[in-house]
Amino acid sequence: MQTRELVIIGGGSAGLAAAVSAYDEGIRDILILERDEYLGGILNQCIHNGFGLHEFKEQLSGPEYAERFINQIKDRGIEYKLKAMVISVSRDKHVRYANETDGIVEIQARAIIMATGCYERSAGAIAIPGDRPVGVITAGTAQRYMNMEGYMVGKRVFILGSGDIGLIMARRLTLEGAKVLGVAELMPYSNGLTRNIVQCLMDFDIPLYLSHSVSKIVGREKLEKVVISQVDNTLNFIPGTEKEFEADTLMLSVGLLPNNYLLDDIGVIPSKTRGAIVNEHLETMIPGVFSAGNVLHVHDLVDFVSAEGRLAGHSAAMYLNGKLVKTGNYLKTIPLAGISYIVPQYINITNLEDKVELKFRPSKPMKDVWLITKIDGVVVKKQLKPFLIPSEMVNVSLEKGLFKEENQELTIETEVKA
Amino acid sequence: MNREVICTVCPKGCHLSVDENLNVQGNGCIRGSVYGKAEVTNPVRMLTSTVKLESKHLPRLPVITSHEVPKGRMFDIMKEINRVTVKAPVKCGDVIIADVCHLGVNIVATRTVEE
Amino acid sequence: MDEILIIGAGVTGCFIARELSRYQVKVTVLDKENDVGNFSSMANSAIVHSGYDPEPGSLKAKLNVMGNAMYDQVCKELDVQFERIGSLTVAIYDEQLPLLADLVKRATLNGVPVKLLTPAEAKAMEPNLSDNVKGALWAPTAGVIDPFELCVHLMENAIDNGVTLKLNEEVVDIRSFGGIWEVRTKKNTYHAKYVINASGLQADHISGLVAPQTFKITPRKGEYFVIDYTQPALVKHTIFPLPSSLGKGILVSPTYGGNYIVGPSSTVIDDKEDLSTDKPTLDEIKKSASLMVKNIPFHKVIRVFSGLRATPSTHDFVIEEASPNFINVAGIESPGLASSPAIAKKVIEEFIAPKLKLFAKASFNPNVRPYHRFKKTSEEEWSKLIAQDRRYARMVCRCESVTEGEIRDMLARNCPPHTVKGVKKRSRAGFGRCQGGFCGPNVVAILADHYHIPLTEVPYDEPGTNIVKGATKEVGE
Repeated sequence: MQTRELVIIGGGSAGLAAAVSAYDEGIRDILILERDEYLGGILNQCIHNGFGLHEFKEQLSGPEYAERFINQIKDRGIEYKLKAMVISVSRDKHVRYANETDGIVEIQARAIIMATGCYERSAGAIAIPGDRPVGVITAGTAQRYMNMEGYMVGKRVFILGSGDIGLIMARRLTLEGAKVLGVAELMPYSNGLTRNIVQCLMDFDIPLYLSHSVSKIVGREKLEKVVISQVDNTLNFIPGTEKEFEADTLMLSVGLLPNNYLLDDIGVIPSKTRGAIVNEHLETMIPGVFSAGNVLHVHDLVDFVSAEGRLAGHSAAMYLNGKLVKTGNYLKTIPLAGISYIVPQYINITNLEDKVELKFRPSKPMKDVWLITKIDGVVVKKQLKPFLIPSEMVNVSLEKGLFKEENQELTIETEVKA
Repeated sequence: MNREVICTVCPKGCHLSVDENLNVQGNGCIRGSVYGKAEVTNPVRMLTSTVKLESKHLPRLPVITSHEVPKGRMFDIMKEINRVTVKAPVKCGDVIIADVCHLGVNIVATRTVEE
Repeated sequence: MDEILIIGAGVTGCFIARELSRYQVKVTVLDKENDVGNFSSMANSAIVHSGYDPEPGSLKAKLNVMGNAMYDQVCKELDVQFERIGSLTVAIYDEQLPLLADLVKRATLNGVPVKLLTPAEAKAMEPNLSDNVKGALWAPTAGVIDPFELCVHLMENAIDNGVTLKLNEEVVDIRSFGGIWEVRTKKNTYHAKYVINASGLQADHISGLVAPQTFKITPRKGEYFVIDYTQPALVKHTIFPLPSSLGKGILVSPTYGGNYIVGPSSTVIDDKEDLSTDKPTLDEIKKSASLMVKNIPFHKVIRVFSGLRATPSTHDFVIEEASPNFINVAGIESPGLASSPAIAKKVIEEFIAPKLKLFAKASFNPNVRPYHRFKKTSEEEWSKLIAQDRRYARMVCRCESVTEGEIRDMLARNCPPHTVKGVKKRSRAGFGRCQGGFCGPNVVAILADHYHIPLTEVPYDEPGTNIVKGATKEVGE
């Protein structure tokens, strides 16, 4: 069995950034395992622009953004394998993968970075009432068919979910000649960027039905009708509010979930985000196994995924150089009022470098609120936020000096400005 | 008559109101005022799409307009884009259609495909 | 001309066809669907019941117990995944304890080994049982099976041994001419000396074409949740509530694949093609199931589905000669799956063999060529397969670990898949947590390649249910 210093599972945004970062810190024995036919991950099918504002100070399309990183990989001669599916990862860091050229291969890795991205929530997972005909498809799969293979999934499309993927596909479908009949959004607010509401829906007069969801799918073999209903504030359907649409496609954009099966399979308990529980260096409960990108928690800006990938690469390098030692005291991060979750879930204060980035999402849209960070009950940071929305991840940066060895708890909460 | 426009410059999404004299109200900053005027007089958009590609593995090549194009011309541009078939190899940045619809804008490849 | 025509390729029809394929007799099977086992037989609890529940003395009781015992051999010969994980029937109220005692009596009368457990014993076996459990009936012979594989491998073996299968054939009329049955479908006409009506939901209608109806089939819908794998296991055995007039009740069980099903409900409906699910019923299932088992991870639901039981007005299986040489095998609702090997044996021994001399076929091979399953094979064994065909190393479905080689192998056999759903049923590709989001395009491409058709013609299930509708750059011009 071969031994490799660093195995990176996933050659998408997080994996590529992690590889470059680890290489630049002196790690030379790196292997990226990518299941698709090319590097770049989901970016390859995200042909729209808007990526890279932070990372490159430009607005790039997904493939262009991916290419910047792929070139960095190639320039450094970092090894990668394509069409290589990782089958399992063990607690002692044995990585098993399969591809047609190599067959089944087992590698002893000294460090592993999980960068396997996310998968889409399906119609079945949200138990949409009605029939189960052909014509119900998730937005990402539809996007793959359209942008990579060149196929239309339908001509009369209704979309459930106003997240960015659904909105982007609304525009894409319309430009390719389909009729998008409308978008239903369960919440009373849209989950997507305002720019996308304007440029994907309003530009094409596609109606957005807030506080609505699909109450019935009609069609035994093929989709015939989509029925939507308004929901009340407990998210139950209000009888009598049904609206029917004759559609051949119901496209779902109802959430992304970390593709964390490799750790799930070996019994590593997931966090609230369904990704791994990690410390400030993105190390999971298994020493030397790191997690970054959508598999850790679903992001909305690829620039932050790259930054997280870089941190994982840097941390893996530290680990491989013996500089990441687990010591006793761990501080726990706890999300309080108005905060859905915080990554990382634990901070090892001894290992803190100059600062730590806490990432989280607000649990609902809020205007003009105080964002209060406390360590052991003492306020260390208080920021006024004019605008917070669940679809936009927030970053709070804390200097090392704010922490003391004996600290136990860090909380983040929102407070309405008086 | 006032035109209602949602500003897309920053996530705040201010609701703007623009009158016939192009006075903008509701903007939270000066960028909104600029945006509001532009949206009413000459709304423009970036257009991304794919073109047919003859290559070993990929049947479609992603493309983008080199600059923003008039919102009202997007479907005309799509017609031109749909006529084209590109043969690999193609480099990210290659011009696929020059001066599409005589708008002074190119259609440019956003992916390198070697074979 | 056939000697025997079987109408219906559900589990009953498939077992009968395979049994008949042992003999020198010409058999054709018709089904209106685009695949075998494509209706009730693919949408059920997939449990081979032990047999304590049916009324002692009934056909259901007799055939359930007999059939259950036959499954080890059947599954060995046909390489069908089957595991006797046993079942626990759980009482959660004191008032239910006498009913539990009744079940013990019934089990004894039916010849089923059972044991009454104390709450402590039951909880020791299943830590996630409700803390209110008052007692439980342990039935070790109950098992979980892959119902899709069962129908497919039965038919594959039947075809291997000379049976003809005709799909997409919906029977519209049946007449008798001089002792020969003329069976007309929407597309063709078939002739046979004997007709076996195993047409499930439609059995009363089909029977009515040849004789006055002596029974009615009422569709009774059961809705289910499918829940993703959990670590540690939620339950290791099938958990039943006490049975009622509605049936065995809402169970919580591991599937043969290792994930879980919760259901079914029991609702009589009118429409024999209505497979819709509804929120109130699903909510009831959640409530009921949660009374027996705690910590059910409903946030890990990956699918809901429903199936229709062919409930007979006679309350027992209808196995009879409706008209000379026309045999009904109808009303095969629960415990239909468990009973079906015994049903097939009974039909042949009592209705065919006395009239038609059945000579054994010398060439009959009871075994299918072994199947290859990545999930269940050692790495060493799998590497040998890869050496023969590299496609066994290409993972097409990540969630269920299915390789392209396995799918290609299925396409090379008799009773191959023609559809995305057919591949799903045989290989499990698309059954996992992403529900075909990743593997869907891969499977469509493999089918298109194998059948030399464009991607736009690959159906999901029925003909015409293609997933992709046309190319981009063409629509809307």
